[in-house]
Amino acid sequence: MDASPQKSTLSNSPRILAARDTKIVASDVNVYYGEKHAIKHLSIDIPDRAVSAFIGPSGCGKSTFLRSINRMNDTIDGCRVTGDILVDGKNIYDRDLDVVQLRARVGMVFQKPNPFPKSIFENVAYGPRIHGIAKSKTDLEEIVVGSLKKASLFEEVKDRLDHPGTGLSGGQQQRLCIARAIAVNPEIILMDEPCSALDPIASARIEELIDEIRQNYCIIIVTHSMQQAARVSQLTAFFHLGDLVEFGDTDDMFTTPQDKRTQDYITGRFG
Amino acid sequence: MTDTFDKGNAAFIAKRYSSERRFRAYGAAALAISVLFLVYLIADIGIRAWPSFFEHRAVLEVNLDASKIPAGNVQTGDFEGVVRTAFRGGFPGITARSDLKSLTSLLSAGAADDLRQQTVANPASIGTTVKAGVLLADDADLYLKGMLTDTVKTPGKTNLQLAQSGDEFILTGDLSQLAAGQIVRANGGALRIASIEAGLARAEAVMPPVTLNTLAPGTWDILSFSHAEADRRIDDRQVVWLESLRDKGAIEKHFAWRFFTNGDSREPELAGLRGAIAGSLLTLIVTLSLSVPLGIAAAVYLEEFAPKNKWTEIIEVNINNLAAVPSIIFGLLGLAVFINFMGLPRSAPLVGGLVLALLVLPTIIIASRAAMKAVPPSIKEAALGVGASHQQAVFHHVLPLAVPGILTGTILGVARALGETAPLLMIGMVAFIVDVPKGFTEAATVLPVQIFLWSDLPEVAFQSRTAAAIIVLLGILFCLNAVAIYMRKRFERRW
Repeated sequence: MDASPQKSTLSNSPRILAARDTKIVASDVNVYYGEKHAIKHLSIDIPDRAVSAFIGPSGCGKSTFLRSINRMNDTIDGCRVTGDILVDGKNIYDRDLDVVQLRARVGMVFQKPNPFPKSIFENVAYGPRIHGIAKSKTDLEEIVVGSLKKASLFEEVKDRLDHPGTGLSGGQQQRLCIARAIAVNPEIILMDEPCSALDPIASARIEELIDEIRQNYCIIIVTHSMQQAARVSQLTAFFHLGDLVEFGDTDDMFTTPQDKRTQDYITGRFG
Repeated sequence: MTDTFDKGNAAFIAKRYSSERRFRAYGAAALAISVLFLVYLIADIGIRAWPSFFEHRAVLEVNLDASKIPAGNVQTGDFEGVVRTAFRGGFPGITARSDLKSLTSLLSAGAADDLRQQTVANPASIGTTVKAGVLLADDADLYLKGMLTDTVKTPGKTNLQLAQSGDEFILTGDLSQLAAGQIVRANGGALRIASIEAGLARAEAVMPPVTLNTLAPGTWDILSFSHAEADRRIDDRQVVWLESLRDKGAIEKHFAWRFFTNGDSREPELAGLRGAIAGSLLTLIVTLSLSVPLGIAAAVYLEEFAPKNKWTEIIEVNINNLAAVPSIIFGLLGLAVFINFMGLPRSAPLVGGLVLALLVLPTIIIASRAAMKAVPPSIKEAALGVGASHQQAVFHHVLPLAVPGILTGTILGVARALGETAPLLMIGMVAFIVDVPKGFTEAATVLPVQIFLWSDLPEVAFQSRTAAAIIVLLGILFCLNAVAIYMRKRFERRW
């Protein structure tokens, strides 16, 4: 019954993985919060240009693992990570790796929309500015407009780019955060329950947006909604109590789960 | 069954409501009491202070005698002399030396200062007679403000016969208006009623009457006082002189600008706050320019960058302890370190500012840390998430959002520094300093110390000056708090 944590998921590699490049390779990752062992011997390969969904009951470690991929866990006191996480073959926990550069490559969208208390323009322009991406003012404007368009927010805000980002509705704020993440040209976008604070209509727009941009990014989304995972992702990983129980093509996962715990969870028997 | 349940429930609910009402009543009562105390305090100080904002001047025709005021060097001219001559000229009947001295003591020691300045500005007036308001001394000023005795003037309504026997004067006729201790002003003189016997009143001359004519109704009046001569700081002669000046319209009341433009003085009517305000300003400049950058830098480091270990914990605890250290200890520290060890000058705003900077540093650090803690972590995460370095996240996002809180804490710290007396006593800022300080190393005093100094002086007029200085200090503090509130509102952002 106990799925051996050491067992690599690579043995029953999902079909999608075979068809695409692998972007992230994690092997034997452990995360500790002080004494608490939050992620246990996790190994997973995540493909590029696809949406991978992490599902599982609260406290199962899916957000923790997500935050390990751009080392946001570094900011938490007492958090310790062992094992290797390779992005494009480069271990992000190497001593010589620059965390700031990593986070520019691995963008993040948070659970609660958190625009800066600045104008819409400044929100998107901040990232390019600190990374020196824009060569000139017109360059910067192009990047901002392009990012807002990619986040399908531009049409709604084009007349009020100088208005505060905090004045937008929740769904618009979240799309603004996505635009902000896109603006620094990341390769990977991590989304930590991006729709949990939004109403169904705003959620649907975010899902549409994810679907539109997935061709260009490696997207990982943590979600509590299995319907959302089913709608938006190509791959799904099920976490339980710090273990990666199952990882596979979303269609397979929701129709023929391999593990009993997965089946119990997606049929609503616990969680 | 349902009925009994409801009843029990109703009693329970009623109890809960009454408890809530009681609690609100306690709160309202506590608030009312504190407001009452505050209003009483402010009103009491305000009423005491009010007279100090005004001064009385005698308007004289002063002959700017060219022999006493050299045109080439107006500044050194004997203006005291010409003012004294002009003042005495209004009372030709007074010749005795002691009387003249008593008369002249009604004038302030600085009575001629204004005239000197006017003449320096306008030398053409030398040799002419000008109309000048000269400042009266503190006791005369207090008398005219009604703070020494309540004087009531009653016009004489009856006929009185006046006779002289030796030094004594006898009044006969309808004596119904008279009482012992009153002064009857008639026939160009003033008589103090010594006693009233059957049908006659014995009186002694305060100013001898020119004639012994019968006093017809309307030609004489009575001055009666709430305080007998022995119980007030001004004698009957001086009262009569001042009243005659007042009757002539030669007394003017003006706003006492010199209270703000003069330095300290031993003469209450000349004492002003300029030295203390300048001292406070210089001290605060030193305090602010030291404690704000240091405090904010320390707060940013401790809150955002310092590793959380034993040492930072010890430092944190001690910063909190420092905020609770009695301020006089900081004064001792300043005395030992800045004056004895480093050899900085005593009584200087530089040292005062250094000591006060140490004093407010913990306050600023604690307020700044609290302000930064109050910034939602999601903002910092967002910045880190787009690849800002830790320092960029703090300086671009956390710190700007914490500015209102930091400003509020800083201004409250400054307000505390502005009102601090004890540590400054230790470093010698408690001296009597007449000159307005012009630099950071000159001897100076500050507002609260000035209040402390004045409150200790025996002159009655200084009591009112003390209250007025308190009002000025409170006014500055209120302004600072208003600025703090305005800045908080101005910079406050929602997220």
